Amino acid sequence: MGSASLADIVTGFLYLISAGVFVLALRWMSSPETARRAVLSAVAAMLLAVVGTLFDPQIVTYKWIVVAAILGTIVGYPLSRVPLTAVPERTGLSQSFAGMAAALVGAAKYYLWVRSGQMSHFRMTVVAGEVILGCLTATGGLLAAAKLAEWIPTRPLTYKGQNVVSFALLAAAVALGAVLIVDPTRLMLFPFIVVFGLIFGVMLLLPIGGADMPVVISFLNSFSGLSAVAMGFVLENKLLITAGALDGSSGFVLSVIMCRAMNRSVTNVLFGAFGAVKTTGRAVEQRTVKSATATDAAELLTNADSVVIIPGYGMAVAQAQHRVRDLYDQLTKRGVDVKFAVHPVAGRMPGHMNVLLAEADIPYDRLVEMDDINPEMPQVGVALVIGANDVVNPAARTDEKSPIYGMPIIDADKAQTVLAIKRTMNPGFAGIDNDLYYANNTLMLFGDAKQVIGDIVKVLAGDGGH
Amino acid sequence: MNKLDLLFFFMLATFLGLDIIRRVSRLLHTPLMALTNAISSIAVVGAIILAGEAQDPLTTILGACAVFASTTNLVSGYLITYRMLVMFKKREPK
Repeated sequence: MGSASLADIVTGFLYLISAGVFVLALRWMSSPETARRAVLSAVAAMLLAVVGTLFDPQIVTYKWIVVAAILGTIVGYPLSRVPLTAVPERTGLSQSFAGMAAALVGAAKYYLWVRSGQMSHFRMTVVAGEVILGCLTATGGLLAAAKLAEWIPTRPLTYKGQNVVSFALLAAAVALGAVLIVDPTRLMLFPFIVVFGLIFGVMLLLPIGGADMPVVISFLNSFSGLSAVAMGFVLENKLLITAGALDGSSGFVLSVIMCRAMNRSVTNVLFGAFGAVKTTGRAVEQRTVKSATATDAAELLTNADSVVIIPGYGMAVAQAQHRVRDLYDQLTKRGVDVKFAVHPVAGRMPGHMNVLLAEADIPYDRLVEMDDINPEMPQVGVALVIGANDVVNPAARTDEKSPIYGMPIIDADKAQTVLAIKRTMNPGFAGIDNDLYYANNTLMLFGDAKQVIGDIVKVLAGDGGH
Repeated sequence: MNKLDLLFFFMLATFLGLDIIRRVSRLLHTPLMALTNAISSIAVVGAIILAGEAQDPLTTILGACAVFASTTNLVSGYLITYRMLVMFKKREPK
């Protein structure tokens, strides 16, 4: 480095503080009480990093930086105002942008270094890594967003030899990278790395079904962090490496937690094409279910000492969280103890249900984790299942042939009475039939979750509750 | 800088990250993901220099696009994280 200029020293210190504050910010995410401080300090860390960068003497014009930053703000602001049910697809989009940024910087550096004769084997290695990671995250995130927003079908799209084709693409991209490391001046080859990386991202996401999204979105989170790390290696920037690694590990930890909650491995989720192939051959016998009306449900709920509400993706789809809040109010007023049991993979991304319930002003100390609620389930008067399916399917405990056998579930079936809100009797994801609906202690409430809960609330409110 | 130093940073930051993230409240996994998305916009640091050093039109355009993509993430990521976190309340709002 030689003798560092004053600007270098200032930048270096700002980066140092920034990295430290990023670490503190993530630590403060350990509890909802300190979480606001976490965001504010992460903002401060980012500002320090940006200010430190603007000091860089290599910058000769701020024109394009300012224009691009203003445009980014104009697009970014509305993306932060989306309804909370659209948070999963916003996340996918954001990961896509992160990958794009990495790929763009990598490509620019490639051309810059080759033209100026500054390319080295090390630089080419990390540029190739950055571009491949960035490209596959860019299209992977975009496709995840498209699936989550249901712009394209959410069911897994599979064909024979899919994994072979996907890996051949990745291998081709890596092989081209290797050729370029030996001779970086083969300019014609570089665009192919970009294209193969982009297509691989699409291929990776095609066989993923909706219910596997919590794992995949966490995985992409890890990738977007790793592309920032790769950029850090390209630019030899310690702050990028540190912040990117924090991100990368966050995505990794989340995907491990999600996989455990489904009793599956990451490779099984990514390459197993769950739900497409495994349709159990069990004959669909005509079994009868008992259904109930809103009035029956209202009576059962008010007569119970304790109620556990188990929300699932169906609650998000119906946007029923505010009605659920009304129901919570009505029941609490009558002295019923109401808790919410949230399965780690309920919904389409980690923690999805918690955010929706928080939006509806449900105090977070009423949200209970699966492992804590299960021992209490036999004492629970009514378990109210709202649009959850696989996460309450007792087959996961009892039926060794079931594709979800071994998956930890919320033991709704052990409650004295189960009320399950469901639109139709169509089996959900993977066509797995759910014995819970046919159990003797289960009553079905057919209809849209928002509608059904609204009806129950109406009965309760008209019942002298007000 | 020694290239191996970079790997050192990567390794240590990853171990640190694994440890910290494991302690994050399960309630906050969605905001955590939004926050780490925002943090991944640290890529803006590399993009700014590229867009500002005016080496040639191609790299300036690529750099400016990268600044755009990162700023989008930065702005939307932080704002939505904050928006979600203020919703987490312990007591009944009176």
